[in-house]
Amino acid sequence: MMKHTIVGFVIIAIILSLSFSLESTNNIGQKTYQDGDEIEVMIGDDPFDKMMAVLLHKRCVNCHPGGDIPLQGEDSHLHNFDIERGPDDHGLAGYTCETCHSSENNDFSGVPGAPHWALAPRSMAWEGKTRVEIASQMMDPNRNGGRTPKEIEEHLTEHELVLWAWNPGVDAEGTPREVPPVSKEEFIEAVKEWIEAGAIIPAE
Amino acid sequence: MKISFSINGKSQVLELDGNTPLLWAIRDVLDLKGTKFGCGKAACGACTIHVDGKAVRSCSFPVKMADGKEITTIEGLSKDGDLHPVQQAWKDEIVPQCGYCQPGFIMATAAMLNEIPNPTDEDIDQNIINICRCGTYYRMRKAIHKAAKLQNLQK
Repeated sequence: MMKHTIVGFVIIAIILSLSFSLESTNNIGQKTYQDGDEIEVMIGDDPFDKMMAVLLHKRCVNCHPGGDIPLQGEDSHLHNFDIERGPDDHGLAGYTCETCHSSENNDFSGVPGAPHWALAPRSMAWEGKTRVEIASQMMDPNRNGGRTPKEIEEHLTEHELVLWAWNPGVDAEGTPREVPPVSKEEFIEAVKEWIEAGAIIPAE
Repeated sequence: MKISFSINGKSQVLELDGNTPLLWAIRDVLDLKGTKFGCGKAACGACTIHVDGKAVRSCSFPVKMADGKEITTIEGLSKDGDLHPVQQAWKDEIVPQCGYCQPGFIMATAAMLNEIPNPTDEDIDQNIINICRCGTYYRMRKAIHKAAKLQNLQK
């Protein structure tokens, strides 16, 4: 009986300590998918942290590769079938992105799709970069296609291809693709907050 | 839903679920069996057709997106009874072995030649990425170069 009481106290203490720890760091729980299972991850509450947790996610980085071959899948492998960037980031003349990808996901074939499906230009490669490097190049008009901060905000919060990250469909086996670890609404709010506050990139 | 398009020069109006793959509309509804089902996930290219002149893998193309478009399948590639230059070259070089994947290769090649009239070996490697399990790639390469010459002579 005594032993059970002690075990009970220990469990309550652990729960209380975990609750306190979560509140004190102001983290938020987010649902995402991993290997087809729904899991919960914790992200800091700072707008920059929330924004970068999304931008570093495979749903974004797969189309911002470091080289001239798109990445694909949950493990971000090089796109099958020797697919290449091509001269305008839309594939090659006789074999463009649109040969397989249309303007919406295809749940029969498992081929993802969204309007303007294409690679980000080489100047916007994110693969292998730190979040400070990504944020810096994202705000640099010489590398971001001459966009102003307001235009970057619009791209991140309104562009259908960016927002596809929260509606990525299923793969050929019917398994849902993983979504970013921050909800679309919170991401949009975080981007707007960060840009409105001067788009300050923290030193890391 | 109602979907209208032109296929091989003929107007068609179909009433079916808009998410049905175009391949099934072509094969099962319109009874054009030349376009083949291979993998069903846009990987092999056996189902390649043209939508407004561009190569598209029809197993991964919802029929609703064909509305108002001009579709060409292998049955409609030749005009006025003459073989298309790609078909002629395929015949001359005796490319097919089992033949199953060949309509897709021919359609992919025809689309490429519209964009790249004189393809190099590298262009062929980069743009024709369908799959042939008989391994007819060597003969296809020869046929593609020949088709380019035949097509340029027609211009």
